[in-house]
Amino acid sequence: MAKILGGITTSHIPAVGNAIQKELYDDPYWKPFFDGYPKVHAWIKEHKPEYVINIYNDHGLGFFLDQMPTFAIGAAHEYKNEDEGWGLPSLDPFPGAPELSWHIIESMVADEFDITSCQELPVDHGFVVPMQLFWPGAPHNPDMPKAVPISANTVQHPIPTLKRALDFGKALGKALRSFPEDAKIVILGTGGLSHQLDGQRAGFINKEFDQYCLENIVHNPEELTKVSRMELVEKAGAQGTEFLMWMMMRGALGDDVTEITRNYHIPISNTAAGTLLLECAA
Amino acid sequence: MDQPGFDYHIDIPGTTIFDGKQAMKGYALNKMCYSFNKSENREAFRADEEAYMEKFGLNDEQKQAIRDRNILAMIDAGGNIYYLAKFAGIFKLSVQDVGGMQTGRTTEEFKEFLASQA
Ligand SMILES: [Fe+2]
Repeated sequence: MAKILGGITTSHIPAVGNAIQKELYDDPYWKPFFDGYPKVHAWIKEHKPEYVINIYNDHGLGFFLDQMPTFAIGAAHEYKNEDEGWGLPSLDPFPGAPELSWHIIESMVADEFDITSCQELPVDHGFVVPMQLFWPGAPHNPDMPKAVPISANTVQHPIPTLKRALDFGKALGKALRSFPEDAKIVILGTGGLSHQLDGQRAGFINKEFDQYCLENIVHNPEELTKVSRMELVEKAGAQGTEFLMWMMMRGALGDDVTEITRNYHIPISNTAAGTLLLECAA
Repeated sequence: MDQPGFDYHIDIPGTTIFDGKQAMKGYALNKMCYSFNKSENREAFRADEEAYMEKFGLNDEQKQAIRDRNILAMIDAGGNIYYLAKFAGIFKLSVQDVGGMQTGRTTEEFKEFLASQA
């Protein structure tokens, strides 16, 4: 049976992709951000996951308002990025794992989660930037795992509740652990932390609330299910709702986790950037 | 359009909750912005903004907000920031430029505001 090694969260700000391309790792603006990643790289090198479940939120590339899935799972042989309107470089496709995708979909629908399956899914910066951060040179890193993208709706309200996100993760974890292959899996939760791009409140960041989220998500994620969705918008900012991805990731890991590394930095672009690596008990 | 007559949401100053009401109001505007994922569509918009807006059926409020490059007005007219962000490529704006435009700050002032929250 497959084994979940752990989970990694990171912000997925588009500007990071640019900074990687320009190799601004030691630039004074970027260094406090990139300093959060060497321990993650070492952990990945040591454990070499064979599959990556990349939980992100599409930002208007893969889905439009005509048909907006609350939870979508990619089930394709490969996933391509696009320029997203900003002329981003087009990368070679990321290899998929449709056999694992369909296993997850079967298991989760049996557990009463209503999933939208996607045989074609253009992936945006929410998926791509974390891959580039964790597997430098992605998709051409020799350790690049095969990917299953999972996207949750944070574009249009109503968005899922924090409890639903955590429960989704629990059902996802059950699905992964029942995959009949001796494979090692890592789960990414991308996005956040606090930020708001739109309105007169644009630029809003909330360090205190982010710290509360970071503290609780490690050993007490149930506490965070008390946060209502409107409270999340109010305290994390309109786009800080991406914290739902962290909750989905966390739910899949089970109770017994060890924190390997954590980083938090304000600001990267308009965002409070957070990184966390949690290892599952052997 | 048949939209819910009441709000499902609390009031958060300076924040528009993009819900079904806004999504219906802004559908044409957001659909046009979604098309900007393709560079040929960005070119078509640049070549003739009025014709391109007409093709997607934008209403007068939406058209005027775009002519004025007024982001707050685009949001009022139902624009969703993730789709509106596609304009950033066309107008060559950074997210800090966009933040400044919405909050009455210069880009530098907006960056200072962000850093002040560390
Ligand atoms: Fe995002």
